[in-house]
Amino acid sequence: MNSIYKYILRIADDSLILGQRLSELCGHGPAIEEDIALTNIALDLIGQATSLYEYAAIVGGEGKTADDLAFLRFEREYTNVLLVEQPNGDFGMTIARQWFFDSFRVLFYEALLTSTDQQLAAIAAKSLKETKYHWKHSSEWLIRLGDGTDESHARVQKSLNYLHRYTEELFFMDEVDADVIAQGIGVDLLALKPIYDQKIEEVLLQATLELPTNNWKQVGGRVGKHSEHLGHILSELQYMQRAYPNMEW
Amino acid sequence: MSTKVWPLWEVFIRSKQGLSHKHVGSLHAPDAEMAVSNARDLYTRRSEGVSIWVVESSQVFANDPADSDPLFEPSQTKIYRHPTFYEVPEGIEHM
Repeated sequence: MNSIYKYILRIADDSLILGQRLSELCGHGPAIEEDIALTNIALDLIGQATSLYEYAAIVGGEGKTADDLAFLRFEREYTNVLLVEQPNGDFGMTIARQWFFDSFRVLFYEALLTSTDQQLAAIAAKSLKETKYHWKHSSEWLIRLGDGTDESHARVQKSLNYLHRYTEELFFMDEVDADVIAQGIGVDLLALKPIYDQKIEEVLLQATLELPTNNWKQVGGRVGKHSEHLGHILSELQYMQRAYPNMEW
Repeated sequence: MSTKVWPLWEVFIRSKQGLSHKHVGSLHAPDAEMAVSNARDLYTRRSEGVSIWVVESSQVFANDPADSDPLFEPSQTKIYRHPTFYEVPEGIEHM
């Protein structure tokens, strides 16, 4: 299987799984305004995933459709980072997860704008506008929760402490990346890391929060080794296609 | 869920260049910045606008409904204030 195909799936899977996670909150947000905000973001992410899966289906050349890729792969074939499959938890956890991801994604899409692959560059341009808003939303909330009450500060700090171990994987690179970078298609994540660190630090400072000093890092999602959560997500996500094969909306 | 309620904000959206902001509804938000953010999500998700104003509802001063008669009744008999007493020249459309 070619590298660009795998590369597109990684980006698509991140979007799909986080979009699915957020959509679990539909009707359960802490306030109706926030409920709609989070489901808007979920829809943006699923929309991004749709564009990417459609493109991957063409690149893959196996006669698979975007739906096949989204709904009919097995758990080990999904290559999203572990961060996006972590449970919603309390509102602080949802926001902290989103903020880590958005901080990375804004920089990633900005870098992908100059991809030699026209289609990926176009998807990046459209997605970047959405993602900048997601980042603004999650950053503003992180600042308010961190610099809010003692309770909100303690809870969102706890969420950062828990999720921090999954953030290193955002910068995971292997031979797939090396291959697409060599072709001018992919993004050199190593170059993004210092910019990401700075971007994170600026918001943390305002939020009066800090990253834990514990440097234990958990990786595996990019190569299909997931936490126990992904199987449960997929059982909901894939239910309709499994129960009613080939059904269309 | 917290039992404390965020303050209420009134939302004004300008639909496109050249038209004024129009009141579209209200929402709850902890502060002005989040009120704009929520307004974006609640009231512009179908491309309704290009500009958002929010104002805290408690800042809006309104007339007393009990004074409706003295406020609004007198103008009802002053039909000459409407520009309907002019002869429109023939051939003029869209007046």
